[in-house]
Amino acid sequence: MEQIPILRIGDCLLVSIQVDMHDRMAINLQDSLTTRIVETNARGVLIDISALEIVGSFIGRMLNNIASMSRVLDAVTVVVGMRPAVAITLVELGLELPGVKTALNVDRGLLLIRRQIDDGAEHA
Amino acid sequence: MNVEKTLTFPVKIGEDVVRLRQVVRAEAIAIGLSLVDQTKVITAASEIARNTIDYGKGGDVTIEVVNTSGRRGVKVVFADNGPGIVDMEKALTDGYTTGGGLGLGLSGAKRLVNEFDVKSTVGHGTVVTLIRWKA
Amino acid sequence: MAAQHGVLTKILAKSQGDLLDAWVKEQKGVLKVSSQGEAAEHSRKFIDGLRAAAEADQLGDINGGAWAQARQALTDISSDQALKGATPGETAMFVFSLKGPLFAALAKEAGKDTDAFAREVWASTVMLDKLGLYTMEVFQKSREEVIRRQQEELLELSTPVVQLWSGILALPLIGTLDSGRTQVVMESLLQEIVKREAEIAIIDITGVPTVDTMVAQHLLKTVSAARLMGADCIISGIRPQIAQTMVHLGVELNVVSKANMADAFALALRSTNRKVVDRTAKDKEAAAIKAAAASAAAGED
Repeated sequence: MEQIPILRIGDCLLVSIQVDMHDRMAINLQDSLTTRIVETNARGVLIDISALEIVGSFIGRMLNNIASMSRVLDAVTVVVGMRPAVAITLVELGLELPGVKTALNVDRGLLLIRRQIDDGAEHA
Repeated sequence: MNVEKTLTFPVKIGEDVVRLRQVVRAEAIAIGLSLVDQTKVITAASEIARNTIDYGKGGDVTIEVVNTSGRRGVKVVFADNGPGIVDMEKALTDGYTTGGGLGLGLSGAKRLVNEFDVKSTVGHGTVVTLIRWKA
Repeated sequence: MAAQHGVLTKILAKSQGDLLDAWVKEQKGVLKVSSQGEAAEHSRKFIDGLRAAAEADQLGDINGGAWAQARQALTDISSDQALKGATPGETAMFVFSLKGPLFAALAKEAGKDTDAFAREVWASTVMLDKLGLYTMEVFQKSREEVIRRQQEELLELSTPVVQLWSGILALPLIGTLDSGRTQVVMESLLQEIVKREAEIAIIDITGVPTVDTMVAQHLLKTVSAARLMGADCIISGIRPQIAQTMVHLGVELNVVSKANMADAFALALRSTNRKVVDRTAKDKEAAAIKAAAASAAAGED
């Protein structure tokens, strides 16, 4: 079974989706990612979708779910690199993903995660 | 409306949806749709294909390149022999679902294409037709 | 065919120059002054072409190979007229004005043979009518080309995405926005966001007189799409009546908006952790502190 690799960078997890996922792959990713967050005690999750040409409601929902689940597990999820055509299509579809944090690229995404973690530490 | 080209294959499992996306993309590029319009029609087809698999228990999809009065477009027709749609008005409403999804499939797909039509007979099946014209 | 145009062929061979002169004189009455110079040149080329066609014995078939030069001359004059804003009628008259001089020449050549004259006039009329229609088609095509190019230029003109600072883009929209134009503008903004890695985009609508529901929705969709890509949008310069439309749409909750571009830019700088400093004020402050320190030192002495 094909799997999307999950890489660890410090206290963050990086997932770069490079293939047109079918539904089962997406569900697998959701499962293995939550497991890894707990295993590695990760504070942030970066999902790079810059290679994805199509994001439908199923993948949209998966991104939303990962964001919600990671929040429960005390990790920040940031989706990075969404293409303009994909963004326009998702908005037209009615999926604005209000609960998902976004950034332009992996760099900015890491910065955003750092800021979120630091803010959280200050408030604690 | 003239049909320039036509291709039919079954949609029963997830891999079929991936294939469908590739075929629709190839035709959308062939008739010169803009990148955004390509993305819209592929996403719409993909949404409806999921409905065909999840609710219609699988069916057939026909992809056509059509033209009328100088305009060209990609037409995708999904036909299944599933249970059909009981309340069409509700099915086309945002957020309505019987299957635990977000309920954006039909109504969302409708917004992504220029022409959209659903014909359903309870107990016999559903036919969804969508067309995206080249602007 | 050759028999039909026998006399015309003869005339062209014998007195091509006279025919041309008579024709150019005739054109003075029907063509715009500004294009008469070019017209004389095109006429000369056309008559040359006509003679070539006559010599090739192909006067009946204006789409034939022997007509290439004559057709080119007509194409040139038609596009020239279209660019200069001539009416279709004026353009067609270029060809039709040849009838007078040509028929006169035919009459002279035919002499007393009225049957031959009638035959020649008919054959020439059919030929010139075909050429007139050809001119109109070319004229129409040139006009459509002009319109298409202007539309494209307008679209390009109307989508200037400018960089205000590293990571900050501005899109100053000017003029009426229809749904088509808004879509083009918005797509190019989103593309620029990726290209320049912009965190913030300011959409300034000071120059937009009205916003209808469709356009407001496009604006909102753009803001949402930009957010999905990881960039924030600020809308600036909203006029009172536009504010009303937006409130009716329930928009006010979802967009960050500022009264003008300056305020929006200040906000953009602030949210990217930058600030603008007034150097003169700072220098004065520094000078005052220095003076105070100096006088304090002097007091100690």
